Amino acid sequence: MMTVIASAGLAVNERVEIRRNRIKGSAKGTAEKKRVCIVTGTHGDELEGQYVCAETARILSENLDKLCGTVDIYPALNPLGMDSITRGIPLFDLDMNRIFPGTADGTMAEALAADIIKDISGADICIDIHSSNIYLKEIPQIRINEISAEELVPYAKMLNCDFIWIHSSATVLESTLAYSLNVTGTKTLVVEMGVGMRITSEYCRQLTAGIFNLLKNLGMWTGDTEEVREPIVSGERAVDFVNSGADGIFVPCVEHWVDIKKGEHIGDVIDPATGKLSEYVTAPCSGKIFTLREYPIVYGGSLIARILGGDDNA
Amino acid sequence: MRKTVIYSIQSPYRKPLEITGFRFGQGEKALCVVGAMRGNEVQQMYVCAQLVNRLKELEREGCIAEGNEIMIIPCVNYYSMNIGKRFWTMDNTDINRMFPGYDLGETTQRIADGLFKGIQGYKYGVQLASFYQQGDFLPHVKLMETGFTDHTDMLDFGLPYAFVREPRPYDTTTLNYNWQIWGTKAFSLYTNATDDFDERSARVAVDAILRFCVKKGLIRTKLTGGYVTEIIDEERLVQIHSSCAGICRSRVRTGDEIRSGDLLCEIIDPLEGDIISKIYSPVNGIVFFRYNRPLEFEKSVLYKIIKI
Ligand SMILES: [Zn+2]
Repeated sequence: MMTVIASAGLAVNERVEIRRNRIKGSAKGTAEKKRVCIVTGTHGDELEGQYVCAETARILSENLDKLCGTVDIYPALNPLGMDSITRGIPLFDLDMNRIFPGTADGTMAEALAADIIKDISGADICIDIHSSNIYLKEIPQIRINEISAEELVPYAKMLNCDFIWIHSSATVLESTLAYSLNVTGTKTLVVEMGVGMRITSEYCRQLTAGIFNLLKNLGMWTGDTEEVREPIVSGERAVDFVNSGADGIFVPCVEHWVDIKKGEHIGDVIDPATGKLSEYVTAPCSGKIFTLREYPIVYGGSLIARILGGDDNA
Repeated sequence: MRKTVIYSIQSPYRKPLEITGFRFGQGEKALCVVGAMRGNEVQQMYVCAQLVNRLKELEREGCIAEGNEIMIIPCVNYYSMNIGKRFWTMDNTDINRMFPGYDLGETTQRIADGLFKGIQGYKYGVQLASFYQQGDFLPHVKLMETGFTDHTDMLDFGLPYAFVREPRPYDTTTLNYNWQIWGTKAFSLYTNATDDFDERSARVAVDAILRFCVKKGLIRTKLTGGYVTEIIDEERLVQIHSSCAGICRSRVRTGDEIRSGDLLCEIIDPLEGDIISKIYSPVNGIVFFRYNRPLEFEKSVLYKIIKI
């Protein structure tokens, strides 16, 4: 059932509406009261979550007899951004993932944020799907704040992702949806995968399989599931950042999510006018490349890759 | 006057971005003023340019005090200004959310780092800042409370109002906050207009900074006017939100003194022309901020009133 869970008046003849598709299963069981939320579209240029929502909704609605409990799908927390390829909230120049938990008597964006939190709160699990930005491509991964790692890692492992990145709490932003929900007791997992403005169908199907596996583990799904992969957990392993040292265009010569040795060639930064090599980019450590630059133009400082160090780097 | 490049960064398609500073006087680093960090801060750049102009004149007349250096950086991010963008050209990040910067980090972290290294060690720092909200407001000076800068220093600008702000988590990456952490007494100066420039309000800001310089013994000049500054707790600002969306027809201006129950504005239905809402002031006070765009959304902040 489609419900508008938050809305506000726009200047001319229109309201912004945040919608939720509630899918209730008909199967009986102990999980009847359980609820899982799938949330995406906070950043208007991130689209991978659209296909995950669509696939999940399609499979569930064709198999209601195999679902026990409720799955709520929120395909666009920032519908105006989605509609206009705007990462933030159009006209506000504001990143929507920096205004949670919001306040009911605040501005339009803050009031919408508060309504979103209110609607999701109390779910057994919330999955917040992001897809990086237009610059970087991410291997399907779950990002977790170290303060909630113990509680969340077991669920993260069910989601069929390749990697679980546990962040130090110092770098965690307190105004995100996930942080706001986790501190108030609604377990929320942040997925980052793929790249902005694209749908990587392979990744979307991978995560969708993970969602059904999670539902099965919660006792909410009796249908078929695939065997899920065992993710690498960052744990003690270091994460190294590779930033461009020069400006130009970046041409990679490695595949995403491959093993790489320290000193090995990742790609070149070249001058587009002369073809001259501006920087020969190499791996600062041995490990696996889980973030790789997708957008070719770079300035000095542009992120080219993130490498999960191997055990020997720990 | 000495013109120097504080920091520069290469672009693959443009001439290098060169952040330029103008120095007056020699000796102890006394005051640094930073203007536009965002591409729409035309007013902030204009104020700095006028300041450079006045200081050139004062220097010719021998009115810059011995043993002190004043540096003005009118525009940090002219790359964005030249193409009508607010944030960084390539990745849309905000340089004023990157301090103290990181020389091995992302591009705007590198710019913040390069700029910050060039503007450290000054006794006083002034940033011409801009608001996220679109509107008119009364010129004022703001201090981010870190315990380092004396509140009374704000009085030397002679502006009508001064505010003290408790830093929120996202304030800790701004220039103002980091200047103070690294030992510069820092103030943010807000004047009306951002994308456009407002000559009168620019003049107020230029005079305020020159007045501050006179009070601190950095220049010798005669200035008329100036206010006895009232330091105001942010809690005294009453925010008025719109109850519905439409076209806003304001009935008051910034600086107006109003009584509780006075009409502030009418909201007009944008298609049919009816008045669909009237908004009245809940308090006695001075209109400090007024939303200045015709179209407004439900819950827009339309006014901020200093309660009296
Ligand atoms: Zn995102």
